[in-house]
Amino acid sequence: MALRNIIGKRIGNGIGLVGRRSLSTSTSDVENRNAKSMNLYSAINQALHLALETDPRAFVFGEDVSFGGVFRCTTGLADRFGKARVFNTPLCEQGIVGFGIGLAAMGNRAIAEIQFADYIYPAFDQIVNEAAKFRYRSGNQFNCGGLTIRAPYGAVGHGGHYHSQSPEAFFCHVPGIKVVIPRSPRQAKGLLLSCIRDPNPVVFFEPKWLYRLAVEEVPEHDYMLPLSKAEVIRQGSDITLVGWGAQLSIMEQACIEAEKDGISCELIDLKTLIPWDKETVEASVRKTGRVLISHEAPVTGGFGAEISASIVERCFLRLEAPVARVCGLDTPFPLVFEPFYMPSKNKVLDAIKATVNY
Amino acid sequence: MANWCRISSRTISNHVKTRVNQGLPWGAVGINQTSGLSSALNPGGPVSDGNWRYQNRLPVPRNRATLFCNQRFESTVAEKQRDSFLSSESDDDHQSVDFPGGKVSYISKMNFISESSQTRVPCYRVLDDDGELITDSDFQQVSKEVAVKMYSNMVSLQIMDTIFYEAQRQGRISFYLTSAGEEAINIASAAALTEQDIILPQYREPGVLLWRGFSLQEFADQCLGNKADYGKGRQMPIHYGSRKHNFFTISSPIATQLPQAAGIAYSLKMDNKKACVVSYIGDGGTSEGDFHAGLNFAAVVEAPVIFFCRNNGWAISTNVSEQFRSDGIVVKGRAYGIRSIRVDGNDALAVYSAVSAAREMAINEQRPILIEALTYRVGHHSTSDDSTKYRQLDEIVYWKNARDPVNRFRNWVQNCGWWSEQQETQLRNSVRKQLLEAIQVAEKTEKPPLSEMFSDVYDYPPTNLEEQENHLRETVRRHPDDYPADISV
Repeated sequence: MALRNIIGKRIGNGIGLVGRRSLSTSTSDVENRNAKSMNLYSAINQALHLALETDPRAFVFGEDVSFGGVFRCTTGLADRFGKARVFNTPLCEQGIVGFGIGLAAMGNRAIAEIQFADYIYPAFDQIVNEAAKFRYRSGNQFNCGGLTIRAPYGAVGHGGHYHSQSPEAFFCHVPGIKVVIPRSPRQAKGLLLSCIRDPNPVVFFEPKWLYRLAVEEVPEHDYMLPLSKAEVIRQGSDITLVGWGAQLSIMEQACIEAEKDGISCELIDLKTLIPWDKETVEASVRKTGRVLISHEAPVTGGFGAEISASIVERCFLRLEAPVARVCGLDTPFPLVFEPFYMPSKNKVLDAIKATVNY
Repeated sequence: MANWCRISSRTISNHVKTRVNQGLPWGAVGINQTSGLSSALNPGGPVSDGNWRYQNRLPVPRNRATLFCNQRFESTVAEKQRDSFLSSESDDDHQSVDFPGGKVSYISKMNFISESSQTRVPCYRVLDDDGELITDSDFQQVSKEVAVKMYSNMVSLQIMDTIFYEAQRQGRISFYLTSAGEEAINIASAAALTEQDIILPQYREPGVLLWRGFSLQEFADQCLGNKADYGKGRQMPIHYGSRKHNFFTISSPIATQLPQAAGIAYSLKMDNKKACVVSYIGDGGTSEGDFHAGLNFAAVVEAPVIFFCRNNGWAISTNVSEQFRSDGIVVKGRAYGIRSIRVDGNDALAVYSAVSAAREMAINEQRPILIEALTYRVGHHSTSDDSTKYRQLDEIVYWKNARDPVNRFRNWVQNCGWWSEQQETQLRNSVRKQLLEAIQVAEKTEKPPLSEMFSDVYDYPPTNLEEQENHLRETVRRHPDDYPADISV
């Protein structure tokens, strides 16, 4: 398990690029035939190409998607599938999502891009009041399950308030939608295809920091990874760590160092935040008796709180220590202070040790 | 683009059109380069655009020649500029400048476009206040069958509103809102459409559903939230939805349906369907961001959607004078490049004609259309409102009696010899009786079972919902008195 090898140097962290080794995660999830080394945006691009290829009623739209997108995720789509299916929209997130809901309500696969998760809020009404309730309020006469909203999220080293946010917690509080976050290129391709083909509206957050820096062998064929199934990506017996997206690579580094101190860490990638796989996490905590949750989003009201409360409800007597959360701080995401804000490897490691030694 | 400053009469638009047809680059007259060019020049009627007449309080002649300064000597015109145009007839050729978005003429006199026209956009009507056909009107003729159906539906809507409103007052349903005063809008707009046209309502358009064949029983079932309600008892009364009638389920948030309408219309466009979307909105709703989003998207993707604004003067207690400073809604269409019309919403024939024409254009030209129907909300906003608290009773009574769209249309239908007093009495009695029965039946019908609370959140319930349902059932077993007896567990 070498997530750390996909990382480039993070600001102030001193973790160098160790060299590219293949990511040996999800070994049994996907056949490795015809795998090609590629980064996150290329994997996402492949997923989008496949989605449009396999469904003539699939559309990709959003700001600047036509020329390939500000992160190159939509490269080549307009040329290959035409302007009627891949097109730029006006600069209006509520319009993008509202339009997408309408398109999906007619049985199409509407793949909407929000340029940065930081800008998703104008669309919050459409997502919460419309998309999430579309099927329920109509008594299942109508649905917008074909809607997938993709947005880059998370720290990027220099993004500041408005290019670094992790807003997943807001959406995890909304029954009726799914929230999915991939940790790597191979995961992203399979999960995105599942999201697009899932008959429920999905918000798919892509860790922008990994767009270029995460490189992995990604099979070229069409494959899907299951939603609402967490994955144990590192086996251990002393403590369970739960995370998603880019934070997993940080957590994995902490796990590797903890091992040197004789602490055996089990690391779980949640992948789908709602509906989330409580069973896998619970089974792991029953084994280890300790749990640590880590995410970039601010700690108060973050999704870690939901995981913590659920685990305490289910595993109280098994727990050897309080549930630990190593998260972003309760400030707007700062620019020069980013290294202080972030839940770094050492913060996670300190918390692992404190929990084990409780 | 240049339309606002040049075209204020048909002759000018024809003049420009002629020049365009001569093969001049669009830029020569600074016209926006879109596919809708020729129809933009010829919108089917004189464009009332007095803006140019008074600029900063100085009268400017309408004569085109003097709008362009032609007192310039040839030698001052740069040769380069002359070469770039096919014709050097017009002086404005030398006075245009290139920007992304096209060429624009420039002008060295500083003039602000007035914030409003001298005159308001006129309102299209065909019947006078007494229901007499105005001579020389353009209108779409309706057959006796259609006219009688329209009139009957308007009456039915009126009666349905009265009875359901009373039922709420009696505590038999929890909430209701009427469409009093807007019967012509409801029925006549629906009558001009086909069953394939897709409706995205706001919430004051049940008449559209009624027209399409939603039964009085189906209305009552939704209001009572019983197991026959297609919405499975999940929403408040009046939040109707019917897939078989192509009527999307109503949601309370205002204007959210507008960008969705653009997406739905885009789907129709992709399928080459001979159908359009009609989305309704009130005057208040046009202040929402989704109004801007919906119209702009529809215009950019060239989607066949009719945006029908019911300007009834009031958004709960907020009068239009507190809602916007523009000349109503119709003038906003041009801001999005959308063809628009203002119509008398209490004139059923005018509404019918306007919607018919709009539908043709929307489908044949693949473009959005904006219709502003002026009307008056005779009823309170809803059963939770008492509008005498913020408006004069006299005003309400005036509109209810002197400007009733139902009376007005009845006069026309009667004058055509297609309706009688006897039919009137029969219809009213019959509808009233059916409604009272429908309510009784709806009240006696079971509510949906508890399982319907947990279904349809997703396509299949996730494990957390299964757990919550199990836990809830145990709680209900332990404390049955906490829960309504008419919902089976």
